[in-house]
Parts: sequence; C-alpha cells; structure tokens
Amino acid sequence: MSTLFQPLSATSAAVGDDVGQSFTFPAEQPLKLDSGEGLQALTIAWKTFGTLNAAKSNAVLLCHALTGDQYAAGVHPVTGKPGWWPFMVGPGLPIDTNRFFVICANVIGGCMGSSGPHEINPATGQPYGLSFPVITIRDMVRAQAMLIDHLGIETLFCVAGGSMGGMQVLQWAASYPERVFAALPLATAARHSAQNIAFHEVGRQAIMADPEWNGGDYITKGTNPRKGLAVARMAAHITYLSEAALHRKFGRNLQDRAALSYRFDADFQVESYLRYQGSAFVDRFDANAYLYITRAMDYFDLAADYGGVLANAFRDTKTRFCVASFTSDWLFPTAEAKKVVHALNAAGANVSFVEFTTDAGHDSFLLDVPEMFQTLRGFIEAAASARGLPAKGA
Amino acid sequence: MLAKLTPLRKDLLHIAAMVPGSARLLDVGCGSGDLIEYLARAKGCDARGIELSQAGVNACVAKGLSVIQGDADTDLSEYPDASFDFAILSQTIQATRKPKDVLDQLLRIGKRVIVSFPNFGFWKVRLKLALTGRMPRTGALDYAWHETPNIHLCTIADFVGLTQEIGARVERSLAVNEAGDVRELSTPGYWDNLTAEGAIFLLTRRAS
Repeated sequence: MSTLFQPLSATSAAVGDDVGQSFTFPAEQPLKLDSGEGLQALTIAWKTFGTLNAAKSNAVLLCHALTGDQYAAGVHPVTGKPGWWPFMVGPGLPIDTNRFFVICANVIGGCMGSSGPHEINPATGQPYGLSFPVITIRDMVRAQAMLIDHLGIETLFCVAGGSMGGMQVLQWAASYPERVFAALPLATAARHSAQNIAFHEVGRQAIMADPEWNGGDYITKGTNPRKGLAVARMAAHITYLSEAALHRKFGRNLQDRAALSYRFDADFQVESYLRYQGSAFVDRFDANAYLYITRAMDYFDLAADYGGVLANAFRDTKTRFCVASFTSDWLFPTAEAKKVVHALNAAGANVSFVEFTTDAGHDSFLLDVPEMFQTLRGFIEAAASARGLPAKGA
Repeated sequence: MLAKLTPLRKDLLHIAAMVPGSARLLDVGCGSGDLIEYLARAKGCDARGIELSQAGVNACVAKGLSVIQGDADTDLSEYPDASFDFAILSQTIQATRKPKDVLDQLLRIGKRVIVSFPNFGFWKVRLKLALTGRMPRTGALDYAWHETPNIHLCTIADFVGLTQEIGARVERSLAVNEAGDVRELSTPGYWDNLTAEGAIFLLTRRAS
C-alpha cells in the first residue's frame, strides 16, 4: 500500500520499516489455555524496535489494545500510517528506542500474524474460524511469556500498555512478578465492567447479524461481514471518545451540505466520521478476531483468580507500578484505576498513580498529552536508574 | 545521574530528624515531594506520598518518587492498618475537610504520626485580629479569608484537645518559631501557644 499520501510523524521512518518476525512453536510446546484446551503450533508475530543490550536488561514489552497490533511505532505495513503509539515510542520519546529494546507482539486471537481465527489451522489446512478456542487475557500473556523465553530474555525492564494492553500489564505483574521490573498500566481496569461487556455484546451481535458472517465461516464461503464489523467499530469508537471531544470536533456541523437532507444520508459530520472509521477498520481487521478479543476482555477479572481479593494478585510484588487514568475516560474511569491502586497499596507495592486531565476520552492514552509524557519519562527514568541501566544519553 | 537534592525547608528538616533511617512512611499532602525525596535519598527510607494536585504528583513521579494522586479526606481508608512506620501530615491538617477523621485514619495506618501545622494562637495572629478586626494574614498564613485553602485552622491548645478526644498519645511536641527553629516542649502550655508560630507533634495511638 502506498504511504505517499499518509501523514507520517517525524519519528516514524527512523524506527525501522521491516514487517517484523514470527515464530511457530513446535507441537511439543502447545499453549495451555484457561479453557482447558491446548493450542498446537502456536504462532506469534512480533516487531522489535531498538537493540537488546548484552545483559538483556533493557527489554520493554508493549501490550496492544483491542484493535492494535505489533506495529506500535514506525509505519504500519497495511495502513501506511504511523504505528499506534507514535508519541510514546521512538527515538528520544518516553519509551526511547535508542535506549530500550522494545518488543510488541500481536495478541493470540488477533489477525496480524499470531495464531487466531483468521489464520490457517495447520491440522486442517483451513482457516480456524470459530474452531479457534476461546482465549483469555491470561492466555495472551502466557503466549507472550513463551515469546520472551524464545528471545532469551529473563526479566523485562518494563511492561506497558493501555486499555486491553493495560489488562495484560496487570496480568503480567500478577503471573510473572519476578519477570517484570516496572509496570505501566494505563487507562485500564482489573476487570471488565458490566457496561463494557454490554458494549462489546452490541458489537458482537452486529457482526453475527450480518448475513455475510455465515456462522463464522465467511473466509471459506468467500464472504466478509464488512457491514457488521463496521457497525461494531462505530459503536465502540464512540466509547473511546467523550461527549466533549465529539462536540469539539464536530458539534452539529453538517457534512458537505448547507441544509438537512430529510433523508438518512450522513447529514452530520459526526455520522460521516463514524462511517469512515467503520469502513477503514474493516480493511485491516477480521470480524472473528473482533469476537475473540472482545470475549477475552469480557472474561478478564484478575481478582477472581486470587480468591476475589485483588491485593492477593500482587502479594510480595517487587515490581514498580505507575498507574494512570484520564479524567474524560468513561470506558475505564479513574475509579477502576483507583481499585488497582488500592489493591497495590494493600499489597505494599511500590506504586504511583496519576489522573491526567484531558477531554479526549479513553483514547487519551494514545494521544499527545505532554503532562503524561513528562510523568512517564520520570517514572521510566527512575526505574532505569534502579535497574542499573545507563542514564539517558550516556 | 540523580540531580542534587534540593535543600530541605527548615520545618521539614525537623520532621525528617524524627524519622529513623530505612523507615517506611507515607507523607500525606507531599506537594512536590521535597520531604520524601530527602528521606528516600538521604536516609534510605521507603518513602511514599499522597498529593491532591496533578502538578505536585507529576513533579514527584518525574523525580522517581512513589506518589499517588489522592485526597487525604477520602483515600486514607484504602490503606491497611499499621502499613507504615510513620504517617506524616505536614502543614496540611488545616486544609482538610475533616481533620479529626484524617488524624484518626493516620493513627490507624501509621504506627507513629507526625503532624505539623501553623499555630493560630500565635501572638501576632491574635494581635492582628484584635487590633484590625479583620482575618489576620501572617507569614505562615498569607491568604485573604475568601481564598485561603486553610479551612480548619487551630491553635496548639485546640490540637492538644483533639489528640485527647481521639485517644492519641503525644510522644513529643515541638514549638517552631518564625525563623524555623524548634524548642522541645514537655507539655504544651499557655505560653507556648502564645509564642510558637507553628508546632510539630509526634503521636501514637494510645493503647486501648
């Protein structure tokens, strides 16, 4: 795809334009899933930025959100646009690719090369479709741990991510406390709320109501539930923004017209914007992957794995945490972040917590928020110093 | 490399002197983190903070300190009993909505509690009110009445009364003068309440 007409951030070209790597684990190393099933021939696709130091002590794992992938920085090979964390990851940025070896892997269940419903099941030669086992956030993290083992890295300097990525950060800290030196969960929660499950269910029903979904068998039947997936994305996209952000961006402005049409065209700019978001999304995402990943988020309830007491998930942890939330995020509101902080305090963990004032909603963690960068730089800098990594510019 | 430590304000130095090395402590209303930075770096303490303002929290985290954005009036209940060797409330109690509840919580989560505050019984404060008939503005309390964050000012005698009411034992009390120097008090009396610009108290929960 041509990148000529896409705006690229100044840092994009500098952090590598290769499409990344992938590895298929041998049959004797299946991924054991929470459902009780095992996933044979686990494939993980990932991308790295920067260089691993000799002591292997400067690795940072980025965990992507629901519709993200391994292309956190640089140019995305499908969309031609910058990766999903352009302000955070790159040379000289808070997650500095000149200092850190940054790893970002496509989650299992995804559709950018890791094992998922969109991929070919090696046992049958057919796409998995709905025969792919239902996976959880903990399964995603187990798969990432297998990748980190494969890369020969014992301890990650930092695990960072927002939203579903933040869930994975919390799961990493709970499952592998000795392998996580610092944890940066942003705009996230230790469990998916009823309201968030409800939003996801709307999206899944939209996909499954599209006749082209064909019971999940659309790849072999040569169809594609584009409309269903686009509606799912449109509904979800609203939850990533805020009333204030929508008003600021669009108000009640009309789209390419001077008066109301008295029809059901996209009269309003906000309608046109959502339709664009929906149609752009289906070009890069798989409908079944959307079902699987939203399910994984819905199933996430970290405390439930620890007798209902979240603090027990972090007992005796040595990991340094920086939890952050955003005032306008109504999908993962500050109250959810505070529950995590409360549990970390109860566990005696080393934790900082900041609520950033923004009006951009849940997506704020992906945007240009200078106060966030300043704070996270400080946290990362102090953690790097405690880890014995050379100071910036040294 | 770590930046040079900022010199600590005099009253904070007196508080720091009460805290032994490697203690685990919480500074409630830690501002930009001068005290906990000093205690962490100069005395090897496990020093944490709570601060209401985003600017303060940002400054702290940017310095590598463990600080939580939160409110003394609401968030102390989230900490388990006796989770800290020291809970510190420096020049903050007069700005809380419920000083009694805050002090009660501090005595629950900290094995020892250090509280410092400006003394509204200081003679200059009394004189200004008496002579001008208007809310006094002094060096330590330089706000107009309608914009002061200090909504629950008290005198040393008032504070001693509160400690008795909630069953706290006064382990030490210090009078602070305008230059920031301290004088150890055996029992704070009328004279101390008149001459001290501020006070620092070390409290424990009275064994019940």
